[in-house]
Amino acid sequence: MKRFKMGGVHPKENKLSAGKQIVEATLPKQVVIPLVQSLGAPGQSVVAVGDVVKVGQLIVKAGGFVSANIHSSVSGKISAIGTTIDASGYNVPAVFIEVEGDEWLKTIDRTNDLKRECNLSSEEIIKTITDAGIVGMGGATFPTHVKLSPPPGKKADVLIINAVECEPYLTCDHQLMLEKPLEILVGVTILMKAAKVTKAYIGIENNKKDAIELLKQTARSFTGIEIVPLRVQYPQGGEKQLIDAVIGRQIPSGALPVEVGAVVQNVATAFAVYEAIQKHKPLIDRVITITGKSIKSHGNYRVRLGTPMNSVVEQVGGIPEDTGKIISGGPMMGKALKTLEVPVVKGTSGILFIPTFAATRKNMQNCIRCAKCVVDCPMGLEPFLLMSQGERSMWTEMEKDRVMDCIECGICSYTCPSNRPLLDYIRLGKTTVGKIIRNRQAKK
Amino acid sequence: MAKLIISPSPHVHSGDSISNKMIGVFIALIPAYLVGLYFFGLGALIISITAMLSCVAFEYLIQKFLLKGSVTIFDGSALLTGLLLAMNLPTNIPVWMVVVGSLVAIGVAKMPFGGLGNNPFNPALVGRVFMLISFPAAMTVWPVPVPLNMHYLDALTAATPLAVLKGQFSNIPDTLNMFIGHKGGSMGEVSALALLVGMVYMLIRKIISWHIPVSIMLTVFVFSGILHWANPNAFIATPLFHLLTGGLMLGAIFMATDYVTSPMNPGGMLIYGVGIGIITVVIRVFGSYPEGISFAILIMNGVTPLINTYVKPKRFGEVKKK
Repeated sequence: MKRFKMGGVHPKENKLSAGKQIVEATLPKQVVIPLVQSLGAPGQSVVAVGDVVKVGQLIVKAGGFVSANIHSSVSGKISAIGTTIDASGYNVPAVFIEVEGDEWLKTIDRTNDLKRECNLSSEEIIKTITDAGIVGMGGATFPTHVKLSPPPGKKADVLIINAVECEPYLTCDHQLMLEKPLEILVGVTILMKAAKVTKAYIGIENNKKDAIELLKQTARSFTGIEIVPLRVQYPQGGEKQLIDAVIGRQIPSGALPVEVGAVVQNVATAFAVYEAIQKHKPLIDRVITITGKSIKSHGNYRVRLGTPMNSVVEQVGGIPEDTGKIISGGPMMGKALKTLEVPVVKGTSGILFIPTFAATRKNMQNCIRCAKCVVDCPMGLEPFLLMSQGERSMWTEMEKDRVMDCIECGICSYTCPSNRPLLDYIRLGKTTVGKIIRNRQAKK
Repeated sequence: MAKLIISPSPHVHSGDSISNKMIGVFIALIPAYLVGLYFFGLGALIISITAMLSCVAFEYLIQKFLLKGSVTIFDGSALLTGLLLAMNLPTNIPVWMVVVGSLVAIGVAKMPFGGLGNNPFNPALVGRVFMLISFPAAMTVWPVPVPLNMHYLDALTAATPLAVLKGQFSNIPDTLNMFIGHKGGSMGEVSALALLVGMVYMLIRKIISWHIPVSIMLTVFVFSGILHWANPNAFIATPLFHLLTGGLMLGAIFMATDYVTSPMNPGGMLIYGVGIGIITVVIRVFGSYPEGISFAILIMNGVTPLINTYVKPKRFGEVKKK
């Protein structure tokens, strides 16, 4: 069975909510929609306080090519345009909407009927995806239309669908595949057309055998789509690692996937594309996993974007007594939250509760030079060296030792027997070296 | 609910720890230790306990009273140094010499450099080589292997097969006996079989990777094979003889793979292993000492920082570009 070739670990999977039916979360009283929900430029609000909006109505216009539209996920009245706190703990501008009823735009097809035929051209598909505000839903939130429009002179020959879900605990993509296989495959076909490729691979890790089987059977009635089971190995969901695992091509340092002829899209993105093209529904909701060992009703929930996390958490019985840390996303790359007022956004894949006893780091000890971090690093870096350079502010040396290649998967800190905070120092290095590089380029 | 804890990712840890790694090495040493106990009996017991106790005691005393810092004897590294030192000693050596060797290992080779993780040379080997140079007579007379031997200082002695090769003795044990360990030698080095069992265990548990031990053994085998093939009269020892005698297996599997003093990536590990193999054979064949692996490992320990600087791991996306 295929896997990426360099490094990697297999953390305890803890997929507690696997197989749990997707449940529609109840509407909150108020949604908070941040103006920035994707990589790139922040958007411009096109509504004013007091406006009445419907579900699916545009409220934030993209602030450039690398940026994405945002639509109202509820119907109601704009009560304020102020700031909210995001998953990283920063204050960000946001639109507040008081929910009244649930009135959708008439153009949106809310039935469950499958629509397979799509007669739009590649350009029309990309335009619709742009309008619908679709971004990569695996967490990086890169605008989908940008990935589908390669820079001049470059051409993709293969589409890879990321259905790996290699983070422990998370099960939202898995469950979506089990419940919406046909819709996903139609979405993949549309994406193939948009990217002008004839071949698509769907990479799924082998701990989701039911999804692999189901999609294999379903894919028989589609042309050019192949399901690729992958050996479980973190971080296989990393774009570079996935391309290596599925088609054996390695992206050179600093280059984009299209350099090796690949376009990668998340499986939930493929579903959102289906809804946008065939059902005229912009990206207004997503499936998230609510999980943790002390959560009783852990499961997969379809949540309207902008719903404050505490509103969703109330529905699963509130915050568990012993909670020490709450994470937006998975335990390897997710962000620790300082409050549950943070709204669910396009890139939120889950809310994970970690009990107090497991929430603190252990004391750091001397590096015993066991080379675990070097052997397990999926990018072939030397985390132990980067950390000691970081401690000594040796930025030139860090750049030479390719700190910018780090994908921040967290394996080095995870695997270190001396509990050294390797990634913390590597992040420090990435931020500083990034600034140095930008200054250098600005001078030229 | 108490206050929420905020920290950067990752939020989980593998649960691995230094003592966990050390325990793994201890488990891997059990077969070789038992063989040592079986053939050398009382002497093996006395020197191993002496070495372990004195290494831990010296580390404790230095950390507590000289450095006045935190005491880390419970991570198991000093205990392991003691055991490895004992495995490298003849079992009829007086206790006081073992204590001196332990003092050199911990007090000279390890703690002055900053303790665990910072020592450039393998502490157990520094202790052993110090003893070899200071007490040459005691360090080069090995007891005859007698099952369940109850003699210690008064044990019958004989030369090791390697010494036989250098000198004028004539009773070289057959290959099978050399493989299972029925031969003279240091406490932990006699049984290649037991040491290989330990290696397999460490490989399965991923405590070590194959690169260092395999490259050492292959280099010794090939290099001594070439010499033997080119001139069997001058170089009478066969490659197999070189592999199974002396401290080669113990050195390749347990001493050279010491984390702190060996290179940090597979390419570097191979260079290091080949270097140890070549130096070992050169000392054995051309040098005046019958055995050379301790010196070979220490020399390559000294080269390790250089290897780490110039040999970099293969980076992602570096070679293939279709």
